[in-house]
Amino acid sequence: MTAVAAGSGTGAADLPAPPEAPPRSQWQLFRRRFLHHKLAVFGLIVIVILYVLVFGASFWVPNDPLEQDVLLGTQPPSGEHWFGTDQLGRDYFARVIYAGQISLKIGLAVAIISTVVGALAGAIAGFFGGLVDQILMRVTDLFLIVPAIAILAIALKKFGGTDIVIILVLAGLGWMSIARVVRGQVLSVKEKEFVEAARAIGASNGRIIFRHILPNCIGPIVVNATLAIAIAIVTESTLSFLGFGVQKPDTSWGNMLYDAKGNVRFDEHLLYFPGLFILITVLCVNFVGDGLRDAFDPQSRR
Amino acid sequence: MFFYVLRRLLISIPVVLIASFLLFWFVRETFDPTARLRTSRDPTVIQRETERLGLDKPIPVQYGKWLKEFVKGDWGTSNRTREPVTDMVRRALWNTVQLIFWGIVVSAFLAVAVGVFSAVRQYTIPDYVLTGLSYIAIAMPPFWFGLLAINLAAFKIPEWFDLDERPVDFVGLHSARKSGFNKDYLRHLVLPVMTLSVQIIGSWSRFQRAAMLDVLSADYIRTARAKGVPRGKVIFKHGVRNALIPLITVMAVDIGLLFGGLLVTEQIFSIAGMGKMFVDALLQGDIAVLEAWMIVVAIFVIVFNLLADLIYSVLDPRIRLS
Repeated sequence: MTAVAAGSGTGAADLPAPPEAPPRSQWQLFRRRFLHHKLAVFGLIVIVILYVLVFGASFWVPNDPLEQDVLLGTQPPSGEHWFGTDQLGRDYFARVIYAGQISLKIGLAVAIISTVVGALAGAIAGFFGGLVDQILMRVTDLFLIVPAIAILAIALKKFGGTDIVIILVLAGLGWMSIARVVRGQVLSVKEKEFVEAARAIGASNGRIIFRHILPNCIGPIVVNATLAIAIAIVTESTLSFLGFGVQKPDTSWGNMLYDAKGNVRFDEHLLYFPGLFILITVLCVNFVGDGLRDAFDPQSRR
Repeated sequence: MFFYVLRRLLISIPVVLIASFLLFWFVRETFDPTARLRTSRDPTVIQRETERLGLDKPIPVQYGKWLKEFVKGDWGTSNRTREPVTDMVRRALWNTVQLIFWGIVVSAFLAVAVGVFSAVRQYTIPDYVLTGLSYIAIAMPPFWFGLLAINLAAFKIPEWFDLDERPVDFVGLHSARKSGFNKDYLRHLVLPVMTLSVQIIGSWSRFQRAAMLDVLSADYIRTARAKGVPRGKVIFKHGVRNALIPLITVMAVDIGLLFGGLLVTEQIFSIAGMGKMFVDALLQGDIAVLEAWMIVVAIFVIVFNLLADLIYSVLDPRIRLS
């Protein structure tokens, strides 16, 4: 019996072996498809460079972002000050790079927290169903009818605008969308035969969720985690722009735009650069997200 | 159909109530309405005000009292302006409805046009350009777009082309002492509506392109072409009509996003609408205004979602409401 099964499993030994293409692992296939997506690879490289440059700012940025030269005042971009200077004569390039530390930190931290919480909540709700599921769905419904930005503004008004609070508040709302996605995925995966098989050999619920179900939901989780970075960065900048986000002396890209909103007529370089950095970051993150989606699920390709 | 609508509306009532209670609780915990009396010389004034407003009672009791009056049509008065909230909301809502209306019209029209064009000309240079632009539109923070648009359209372009007059205005919806639907109104409308819709145009056009590509590869399109229906007619009668259906759902979901966008748009362009009212009220802890705002917005979102479902079932008779 075992011999027969083994024989059919190796695929009819009398047929000639296919000449090329040794079997590829899932990971190899995934990597090939991702590397095929030129924009995604480009986006990933830019993001990595951006994170390295921004967080290594103290090693290479020539000017101090806090050093004032009030007599100099606002200057347009020049050889000495690449992005010009702001009203207090501070080097705007250094300010933009250092502000990136807050923006990028918030983006990454929010994505990680909301993904972990969202994946767990979604998996539990989808797997056990019943009351837990009902509560999760009703809570997320609640937050669908009021614009997220308003809820965030109210929460930040109450808890203040330090970066830890902003991260927690953004993640507190961000996990819900991931939870909904994961829940949907879990609902279909848990009906598969291998889950039944795992249960038949006596695996515990925890083992089934973490070893069998969640790894099969990795695609949507990773894609949504990536997009969560972009959403968090834009949301933070919007809140800071309205005056509810990061508070001084901390500075994020959104704050810089809050300060620059009077410069629509003169000194518009103050307006251009922080927004350009937000745009580039979000654009590249979205490219990576698209590439990951195609790589995980070749059928979704549009 | 009637019972479906009724049931959907009844289901959403508890959701609105819970949301409004949480908001009430939250705002009461955050702001002290008697704060402005602290500098008063009269030592009993804070206590009297507390009793007058019923602040010494538990939160659910206060909420019940507020809700009872709200349902009766008394939405209270603003802490800040001492004006009845109903009047404030009516005025703000009118400005906002104009923005939302034009926002949806412009977004839907441009997104469908761009999406259909891109799909029909798939993998040509115009398709790549439009796709690239929609990626940028999605990634761009709307408030930054608004500021850039003011910078360009109101200052740079008149400078470059030596115009005597700005082509657009960027404060309010009308110049002082003007009203009605005229050139002045349109000049004020262009930038806020673009700011409100730029991100939505980007994502809807991507969506419309994908939906259109799906439809164009369907068998009935090939059949229609094979039996000799002209290409243009196939695209518009068989293609676009079917590709619009999925967009309707996305539009409904994004209405909430549009309200969020109002917060920044009205702030940038100094338009006295719901978004600006919310931000001002939040800065002041104006509980009556915040509550009214939330309930009005929630009703808007719920009604729009319902409307989308109804349109959906009309456009696609295969879908049954149940």
